Amino acid sequence: MILLSPLGAVGRSVLGLLGAIGRVALFSGQAVGHIFRPPFYFKEFLQAVLYIGYFSLPVVGLTAFFTGGALALQIYAGGARFNAESVVPLIVAIGMVRELGPVLGGLMVAGRVAASIAAEVGTMKVTEQLDALVTLSTHPMKYLTVPRVVAATLTMPILVAIGDVIGVMGGFTVGVTRLDFNAATYLNNTIDFLESWDVVSGLLKAAVFGFIVAMMGCYHGMNSARGAQGVGRATTNAVVSASVLILASNYILTELFFAA
Amino acid sequence: MIELIDIHKAFGAKKVLTGVNLTIPSGESMVIIGGSGTGKSICLKCILGLIKPDSGTILLDGADVATAERDAFLARFGMLFQGGALFDSLSVWQNVAFRLLRGSLKRPKAEAREIAIEKLRRVGLSPDVADLFPAELSGGMQKRVGLARAIAAEPEIIFFDEPTTGLDPIMAGVINELIREIVTEMGATAMTITHDMTSVRAIADRVAMLHDGVIQWSGPVADMDASGDPYLDQFIHGREDGPIEAVR
Ligand SMILES: Nc1ncnc2c1ncn2[C@@H]1O[C@H](COP(=O)(O)OP(=O)(O)OP(=O)(O)O)[C@@H](O)[C@H]1O
Ligand SMILES: [Mg+2]
Repeated sequence: MILLSPLGAVGRSVLGLLGAIGRVALFSGQAVGHIFRPPFYFKEFLQAVLYIGYFSLPVVGLTAFFTGGALALQIYAGGARFNAESVVPLIVAIGMVRELGPVLGGLMVAGRVAASIAAEVGTMKVTEQLDALVTLSTHPMKYLTVPRVVAATLTMPILVAIGDVIGVMGGFTVGVTRLDFNAATYLNNTIDFLESWDVVSGLLKAAVFGFIVAMMGCYHGMNSARGAQGVGRATTNAVVSASVLILASNYILTELFFAA
Repeated sequence: MIELIDIHKAFGAKKVLTGVNLTIPSGESMVIIGGSGTGKSICLKCILGLIKPDSGTILLDGADVATAERDAFLARFGMLFQGGALFDSLSVWQNVAFRLLRGSLKRPKAEAREIAIEKLRRVGLSPDVADLFPAELSGGMQKRVGLARAIAAEPEIIFFDEPTTGLDPIMAGVINELIREIVTEMGATAMTITHDMTSVRAIADRVAMLHDGVIQWSGPVADMDASGDPYLDQFIHGREDGPIEAVR
């Protein structure tokens, strides 16, 4: 069938996509609305901060360190062609804080957190725990979605800020040990030329990515189909959609922040 | 009083409820019986607003539940889910005391825990299960924790979806006794789904049988044996031959 009517297939998937965008937007709107209406479940929020922020540190830190190191090698190779090896510290720092820190951090957290939120919430849906919440006068959106979304939005910038420092240190380590940079010069070059907007723009991106990750986890979890297969599919969809949305919104934000 | 008026519900092409009419008087114990998959659980979920019926009206004390203020409405209900539906991230006592730990019924933690342990005792569970997690309990124990949670805030109206399934006969007797007590002593309205005819006779003031999407028979439990309804007769005696096809 699909082979016979390619136009129909394209039409169906476009309609499906538009429908999905509408549903996600509606869900996000509802969630944001609930953030500003009491009650706020503070204990669930703290647990989410611990899980999303603190326990993601190792994975974000390692990613940043190796990325910073690789970046230093590549930029050195590129810079050498223009006899401009001295740009390495600054470009590593800019690349890290503006772009790779938030994006790679966001993607790693998407893999870790969006998946686990979707699996947890999806299982709750499948085992009627969401219905049980409602009968106990507790709104699932307030109890499950709001704490996770707020926690992710607030902790991602902190996580990425730490990742930025570790990433720059990765570049520094490679620069000093492999590329014969003077340690003091490397650090001075980084600090003197990096502007605060470079850092702040990256942290703003991180907040948006955090929002996307938690929202996708909750959305797919709450809309999980029945059974173990449903939860599995919800988990996959959460990671894939969070990753795609991170990359797409990263482009849009970069355009907004830096297109002069 | 809860009234269901001409409730219809279909999932895709599958028509589950096709015009359910039922009245549950206040302070009485109504038991719903009927074959597996006939839509008994769906019925309860429609009343609670967890599932929206395709058409029909549900009235609680004469007011349409669809337009009722949700929080005040739900505060009057307790529900035991067929699968227990315990929150597996919370310990047993926190599950039972869920309502007492947040929202309008919030009270000090120590007091909430005490109430939870008392409710656990009433469903035959000892205080040392209070700090376990649902995953560490057997199926029947989980069911009883769900029961304790449903009655913890002493709601006026309680729904029990198969309260004795998975329990040994003695424990089933204890639970039947408990449900009866809640209705007679606390004056609660109870709606129980069960497949166990012993339970039906122990719990019910009135019985309703759901078959083929409608209430096939309903009446006082005393009239059940002499109803003359071939569907009900076949069901309560568990006969293979009769108007209800055993192999579907
Ligand atoms: N979310 C759903 N999507 C599609 N079909 C559903 C859904 N929920 C229930 N059904 C169908 O509705 C019918 C009635 O389900 P219900 O859970 O009310 O049965 P039941 O009478 O409680 O049975 P049992 O005694 O086995 O618990 C079943 O045939 C089931 O397949
Ligand atoms: Mg059922």
